[in-house]
Amino acid sequence: MRKLLLLLVLLPSLAVAQTVTRDGVTLSAPQEQRAEAIGDQLRCLVCQNESIEGSSATLAKQLRVIIRQQVVAGADDKSIMDYMVQRYGIFVLLKPPISPLTWLLYASPFLALALGLLFAWLARRGTVAAPPPLDAAEQDRLERLLKS
Amino acid sequence: MNTTRRLLFTAPLAAVALGGAAFYTILERMEANKYDPHALPSPLIGKKPPAFNLPGLNGAAGFANTDIAAPPRPMLVNWFASWCLPCAEEAPMMAQLAKTGLPIWGIAYQDNAAALANYFAQYGNPYARLALDTPGLTAINWGVYGVPETYLIDKDGIVRWRWAGAITDDVLANGLNPLLAKYS
Repeated sequence: MRKLLLLLVLLPSLAVAQTVTRDGVTLSAPQEQRAEAIGDQLRCLVCQNESIEGSSATLAKQLRVIIRQQVVAGADDKSIMDYMVQRYGIFVLLKPPISPLTWLLYASPFLALALGLLFAWLARRGTVAAPPPLDAAEQDRLERLLKS
Repeated sequence: MNTTRRLLFTAPLAAVALGGAAFYTILERMEANKYDPHALPSPLIGKKPPAFNLPGLNGAAGFANTDIAAPPRPMLVNWFASWCLPCAEEAPMMAQLAKTGLPIWGIAYQDNAAALANYFAQYGNPYARLALDTPGLTAINWGVYGVPETYLIDKDGIVRWRWAGAITDDVLANGLNPLLAKYS
């Protein structure tokens, strides 16, 4: 009876202790989630439109192992990202950071909007406004001109 | 037609023409092997290679970062593998460069002794020194993302140039040779 009670008390710890083994590294479920979130933000350098998480390239697999080892060792997300950027440059980030190199990229929607507004303004300015209605004297003159 | 209307009509046309011209230039430069959209700039350029110490083939001495910290003349470090087809394609170029007296040190990436022996028997061994990165972890520290990759290291041990892929006559003439002249 006491043994059964002990088992029941320990049961919830199973959920916490649940481990995942991915690419040969064993880590807890939340750690694996963190590792996946990091890997999703990194570009596989071999097949450049895939993330490290989604690629089957050998290099991507090795980088997945490195990410998981660092997660298990307690490294924070930023230091793992820095590790990758230090080796492969900012191109490894699927979402590039705002830097002088990417200013034009991030400014492009606003530039396009400004250009559009400029053209809209030019187009409005280009149309000639209808003249004000003629008064009686002008109407007379117009009729005389048309008749002659 | 007043000037504003004319501008409104010609501006989109000009934008399309400009885009077309830019696209055409990119394609032409790609055809001429002068531009590779997949090539990445190496963060190692302007820096010394990260610390490493790799073994050689069959118990022979390999080399470490300290061995290339101050070479007597500019040198190349060529990452290659016996299983890599572009490396075999590049082998005659490496042999030709080695013949000019340019020191080329090789690092075999994720390879094994038997396969390397076969590779050298078939294509010759142009390397003044050879090291093996069997786990491929030094490669990751260098930012190597495929083989072959070639690094030019100047007399101060600083990386000046990285080429990913086989070195062709074009790459030699337009990329490597001017830098070799500059740093020797």
